[in-house]
Amino acid sequence: MTAPWAWRWAAYALVAAISVYLVAPMAIIVVISFSDSALLTFPPPGLSLRWYRSLAETPAWRDSILVSLQVMVLTAVAATALGTAAALGLASWRGPLAATIRSLLMAPLVIPHIISGAAIFLLFDAWGWVGSLQALVLGHIALAVPYVVATVGAALETMDHRLTQAALTLGASPRIAFMRVTLPLIRPGILAGLLFAAMLSFDELIVSLFLSTPQLRTVTVLMWSNVLGDIDPEISAIATVILLVSMVLLALQWFLSRQRGVPVLQGIGR
Amino acid sequence: MKRQASRLLLLPGAAFVATVFALPVGALLLRSVSDPTWGLQNFRALWEEPVYASLIRNTVQISLATTVCCILLAYPFAHVMATRPRLTRLLTLVVLVPFWSSILVRSFAWMVLLQNNGIVNQSLLRLGLIDQPLELIFNRTGVLIGMVHVLLPFVVFPLYGAIRAMDPALMPAAACLGAGPIRAFLRVQLPLTLAGLVMGAVLVFVMALGYFITPALLGGRRDAVIARMIQLQVSQLGDWGMAATLSLVLLVATLILLGASQLLVRSPARRPAG
Amino acid sequence: MTRPTVLELRGVSKNFGPVAAVADVDLELKQGEFISFLGPSGSGKTTTLMMVAGLQAPSSGSILLNGRDLAPLPPYKRNIGVVFQHYALFPHMSVLANIAFPLEMRKLGRMQARRRAEAVLRLVGLPDLGDRLPSQLSGGQQQRVALARALAYEPPLLLMDEPLGALDKNLRAQMQIEIARLHRELGITVLYVTHDQEEALVMSDRIAVFNHGRVEQIGQPQSLYERPVTRFVAGFLGDSTFLPGKVQALQKEEAVVLTAHGPLRGHASPGVRPGEAAVVAVRPERVVLLTPGDTARENALRGRISDVIYLGQSRKFVVRLEDGSELLGLQPIGTASPAVTEGSEVLLGWSATDCNVLADSD
Repeated sequence: MTAPWAWRWAAYALVAAISVYLVAPMAIIVVISFSDSALLTFPPPGLSLRWYRSLAETPAWRDSILVSLQVMVLTAVAATALGTAAALGLASWRGPLAATIRSLLMAPLVIPHIISGAAIFLLFDAWGWVGSLQALVLGHIALAVPYVVATVGAALETMDHRLTQAALTLGASPRIAFMRVTLPLIRPGILAGLLFAAMLSFDELIVSLFLSTPQLRTVTVLMWSNVLGDIDPEISAIATVILLVSMVLLALQWFLSRQRGVPVLQGIGR
Repeated sequence: MKRQASRLLLLPGAAFVATVFALPVGALLLRSVSDPTWGLQNFRALWEEPVYASLIRNTVQISLATTVCCILLAYPFAHVMATRPRLTRLLTLVVLVPFWSSILVRSFAWMVLLQNNGIVNQSLLRLGLIDQPLELIFNRTGVLIGMVHVLLPFVVFPLYGAIRAMDPALMPAAACLGAGPIRAFLRVQLPLTLAGLVMGAVLVFVMALGYFITPALLGGRRDAVIARMIQLQVSQLGDWGMAATLSLVLLVATLILLGASQLLVRSPARRPAG
Repeated sequence: MTRPTVLELRGVSKNFGPVAAVADVDLELKQGEFISFLGPSGSGKTTTLMMVAGLQAPSSGSILLNGRDLAPLPPYKRNIGVVFQHYALFPHMSVLANIAFPLEMRKLGRMQARRRAEAVLRLVGLPDLGDRLPSQLSGGQQQRVALARALAYEPPLLLMDEPLGALDKNLRAQMQIEIARLHRELGITVLYVTHDQEEALVMSDRIAVFNHGRVEQIGQPQSLYERPVTRFVAGFLGDSTFLPGKVQALQKEEAVVLTAHGPLRGHASPGVRPGEAAVVAVRPERVVLLTPGDTARENALRGRISDVIYLGQSRKFVVRLEDGSELLGLQPIGTASPAVTEGSEVLLGWSATDCNVLADSD
């Protein structure tokens, strides 16, 4: 029989190794992006900002980052509005029709993105919208709506519904009860959905691949076509920029979850 | 009356998803029997042409191997995360950082790390563990390392939830009743957390089936998968019929697996109390 | 007793699909009265309260507040105070903001609302906790805040739905006294829902006992306890032993029932008919040990004491009767009569006016 402490330390060692496996690749890419060498060696021979300068001086990178940021903001706002409204409409509605509508709204979450991408491409190709900002935004909204429905729906479900009833008995009209009681209580869920939609849009590659053209493409699409060629530290600089945006969004989410005690959105497929 | 009015809020979202998503998906799938002409020729090709059989075989093999690796790594990780409260926040962050990072960025990172003269090989050489660089990329090994990295969080979170939901007195109780650690794990903890494990595993398997970014970047010529083929057929070959047929196969497999796992999770026998 | 009627329920029913949750409830509540709805869970008492509050609509019947039909009024225009089970305090608002909320809804100025809220908070004994969040308060304090919020706008009627259900026993007793004090001082009309019979007996002017959506009996605590009219009421409120039989004779208020232990006499409740099945309901504290030859009580039985339980103020004992059934008795400690002992053969009895003959509906 092995001693219990041996078990425990073996488990700790394994967990530490897995943690390194999970986090190290990103850390190394960030360090390499500051290399002064054209080789992807680690540790880099010297440090410089030459790859960031090169990014800033390349119009294609600048444009693609702007496209991604625009698409992200528009997607997050619109998906949050549509998803929040839908979650409110679904709240406390049971029955086969409600279940059908819920399945429809959640479908983009379940269906593999490759199928969604091909289908959305089919639609916008027919409309002549491929390579347009609106096509990218509309495509991303469709993918992001289910996340907002899920976070706001969860917030509504965990909310004590007698609070709204209590507001009514105290003299608040349904509209005021919603503004003063329901909305403040589900706000963390709405914000979580907003941040998740933003993250999804900024990192999205598959649908964007179908809808982008060399004239208008997101930063992930441009990075993809570069990665398929020869890889160099310039790509690690753009990867670091993309990571930075993700980590800002994650930090906001983390902060939000600490403030309000809402669990960070977990375990939903993408 | 009031309730009916609030249902109107569903209208914009539902109409949007129906127009931009559901109808196009339907139109795409329809092409499996209508493109280039009406008939079952695409399904015949799927059955007869060996290239599709090898695509499906590759995809299923990669997905299965990824799922097994994810379970083996995720269980001890989730266990420590759930049973050591001081480590919970730190380990949650360790999983959330990759979870929130772009898959493209992560796959690129692995390309850099796993090259012949990349950090992994260099470290192993310097430590004297190997004499010449290992082939870690553009083959199945590379695909697995990258896929497990992407999908591990999806098993860790449900498992963490399942272990947390377990009454913490159960394992000490099993020990008092004479069960050693391994027996206690197999007879008490594993059955009680099986629902979370199955849910996470099915999720990982299903997502792996539909992936192509990681296999395309880290795999070799023998690691072609269904999703990459769909993308190429749509954007380069213009073969909508076969793209739709492969999509249909992928979608049906996804829905069946997810539906089955839902049924299993819902069955009351597996549900731990509390 | 010429106080005006505050609340009136006329034939109020509520169906959920084929299930009748509340069936044909009639009730009148006078100004300043404290009435309790008592019954097991699912008996329709909370549903009735929710219909008065306007959170559920009756399927039929009408509810009148100060003579005005409430049906067209949504809950926020009824001006009724409601204290919810588990309080329903707004978790994102301070204690003062919670109490000021209904005042703001009534268009009171911010400062005025605040002053009034502070005054009400003093009234419930929490003058210094106004700036806390509800989650920072103990259960008893949350309860007081919920009460303060419902009283802040001086509603003509206060509804309370199991308000003390979440508190432990000592705190519950303390809050019962507190609520009774507020009721007395403010002269407010209260409708109180509880499943705790002791609570209902302590606090109420009248009690309505609910069972299966119907009011089984309504009356003052003492008359309900001493003269229950149905077997359910006799069993739910306090302990009773039921001795079944058939009504032999019925004279004015007294009935004779032929049981397995011979004829027994008791006070006849309405609904008892000669020749039909009935039960004699006996309260344990009415059962006395008799000495042979004692003929002061109309009813006497033989049995053997099978169990004695010491309860501090009294002893509870179980008597096994000759036919094998059991009878409960209660003997105060320190009475003149000899202490009951396990295994002894005894003669027991009680007066006809101390027991009730009830129609046996079961």
